[in-house]
Amino acid sequence: MTGTAARLLPVAVVIAALAPLYVALVGSLTPDARLFQSVPLVPTPLVWDHYRALFGTRGFWVPLGNSLVVAVATTLLALLLGAPCAYALARLRFRGRAIVLALVLAVSMLPQISVVPPLFLFLRELGLIDTHAGLVLPYLTFAMPLTIWFLVTVFRQVPLEIEEAAMMDGASRLVAFRRIVLPLAAPGLATTALLTFLFSWNEFLFALTFTLGPERHTVPVAIALFRGQYQVPWGEVLAAALVATLPVALVVLVAQRRLVSGLTAGGVKG
Amino acid sequence: MASIQLEHVEKRFGDDVAVRDLSLDIADGELLVVVGPSGSGKSTVLRLIAGLEAPTAGRIRIGGVDVTDTPPQARDLAMVFQHYALYPHMSVRDNLAFGLRMRNVAAETIARRIEDVARSLGLTPLLDRRPGQLSGGERQRVAFGRAVVREPRAFLLDEPLSNLDPRLRGSTRAELALLHQRLGATMVYVTHDQEEAMTLGTRVAVMRDGAIEQVAPPTEVYRRPANCFVAQFVGNPAMNLLPGASWRMAAPQGLETPRSGLTVGIRPQDIALVGPDEGDTAGRVELIEPLGGTALAHVRVDGLPRQLVRVLLADDADIAVGARVGLRPRRDRLHFFNGSSGCRITATDESDGHGSD
Repeated sequence: MTGTAARLLPVAVVIAALAPLYVALVGSLTPDARLFQSVPLVPTPLVWDHYRALFGTRGFWVPLGNSLVVAVATTLLALLLGAPCAYALARLRFRGRAIVLALVLAVSMLPQISVVPPLFLFLRELGLIDTHAGLVLPYLTFAMPLTIWFLVTVFRQVPLEIEEAAMMDGASRLVAFRRIVLPLAAPGLATTALLTFLFSWNEFLFALTFTLGPERHTVPVAIALFRGQYQVPWGEVLAAALVATLPVALVVLVAQRRLVSGLTAGGVKG
Repeated sequence: MASIQLEHVEKRFGDDVAVRDLSLDIADGELLVVVGPSGSGKSTVLRLIAGLEAPTAGRIRIGGVDVTDTPPQARDLAMVFQHYALYPHMSVRDNLAFGLRMRNVAAETIARRIEDVARSLGLTPLLDRRPGQLSGGERQRVAFGRAVVREPRAFLLDEPLSNLDPRLRGSTRAELALLHQRLGATMVYVTHDQEEAMTLGTRVAVMRDGAIEQVAPPTEVYRRPANCFVAQFVGNPAMNLLPGASWRMAAPQGLETPRSGLTVGIRPQDIALVGPDEGDTAGRVELIEPLGGTALAHVRVDGLPRQLVRVLLADDADIAVGARVGLRPRRDRLHFFNGSSGCRITATDESDGHGSD
């Protein structure tokens, strides 16, 4: 009995998780006229009108490109700056290490809305309103604490003995970090990158506040602004939502191979 | 190859003293074994020499040059770690090459040295595998190979055999002794196993509580332990330490009995069991542990109610549990220690008392 239940539960969870996505898929292929009648489980005939409108008149390529640039830049910068920072916090003994870690965490505790006005003023002073950099910079205020906290844990899991072996072999700490620690931390780095990318891809409030026109809007903002004064183009919204999940799904698929751990097996006796 | 000197080295971790005022001279080409129970600071001594820890006080010299403030990568020492610490993302070949590449050795030289070392350690068929695909013994050999291929000024070995199963440990120990003979290299070997210390070391340093209790060749440590701790730590089964007053026996001539009394040390193999009335003292056999070729008898000696005296027997000895026996220790193998400080007391005529085996 319990065996059957245990096997059915994951199936139920997967169905529950995928159901909205399926409804979106069906909806995005159904003409507006029939959209508010009961949507059939299998749509017939398939209509590509919403996708044509999305990439034609709506110009959905633009927010898609903006989101991609901003999310990729945020992820790369967060890893590039966060990794050495996290390594120092994980491995070096210095005064105030615990305080630094606590402060980093405190930054990510601030409600997002409370930092919007000051950030807006900063960005206006810097002339970065309505630019890609004007989104990447504020995103880093949230992405960096996330990255640092994750990577501190990741780096601590790399056996210290292996690093010490590298140093006995003549590697400086920096070389040991690059040649030994980073490759061994690759699965953790991939996970962190994935989360940072997801966070940046989904972010809405900053993107809405710090961009002015449709040529700088990111995907979530663009979709939210689809609604006209009198109607919401649900078909296009559903189509856009599906398109927006595609890059994320791709990133997960690519990262998945690295997420499978076990890379450190055999270095030290397990 | 180089000599290593530690001069009044101290290491504190916060309020804990791991190593206290330790001075040690390790000669060029020597295999010094640092032995002690866990927590005695022996690994810290090795890490101080390696440069992985910085001493709180004192100086460290390698080849006569002060390296106290030199980082580990510039000391040109090779270390074999307890858990091997191989680079799991590299092939065996790259593991061996890493240290040489770090020192900008020419590619042909690297290839040649790897080939030589791989052949001598039997690693040639493993060169393209990763550490994860190797057995424990193979990983151990790769760890040795990674150290040997470097041709360092000295080798540091941190309990390198403790993760091997007992049979493999014996053969690897012999290989290591041969390796030391062949290379003539300076080696510092840390272990908690007194048997490894006795068989491998040209000298043995016995440590306790961050200090060295005695440094001497293994036979000297065994025959003339400097104090009660060394006496009990070295040798298996461990030496009996008995209050001198309970032992019906005159101290040898020239031995001054300290005011705090004497502790008498007798190794289990230096006591013979005789008839109840023939020995220096008598007692009852409480337990017999067969050890293969020999057996260990635990005897409750009259007047010593809280202590069992260990006596090593031949396995064909005809003695049963519960029997009354007499004990006759070999007079020339007795050790005398100060009853309170535990320090060895040397009789004036002791210098020739131990030469017979």
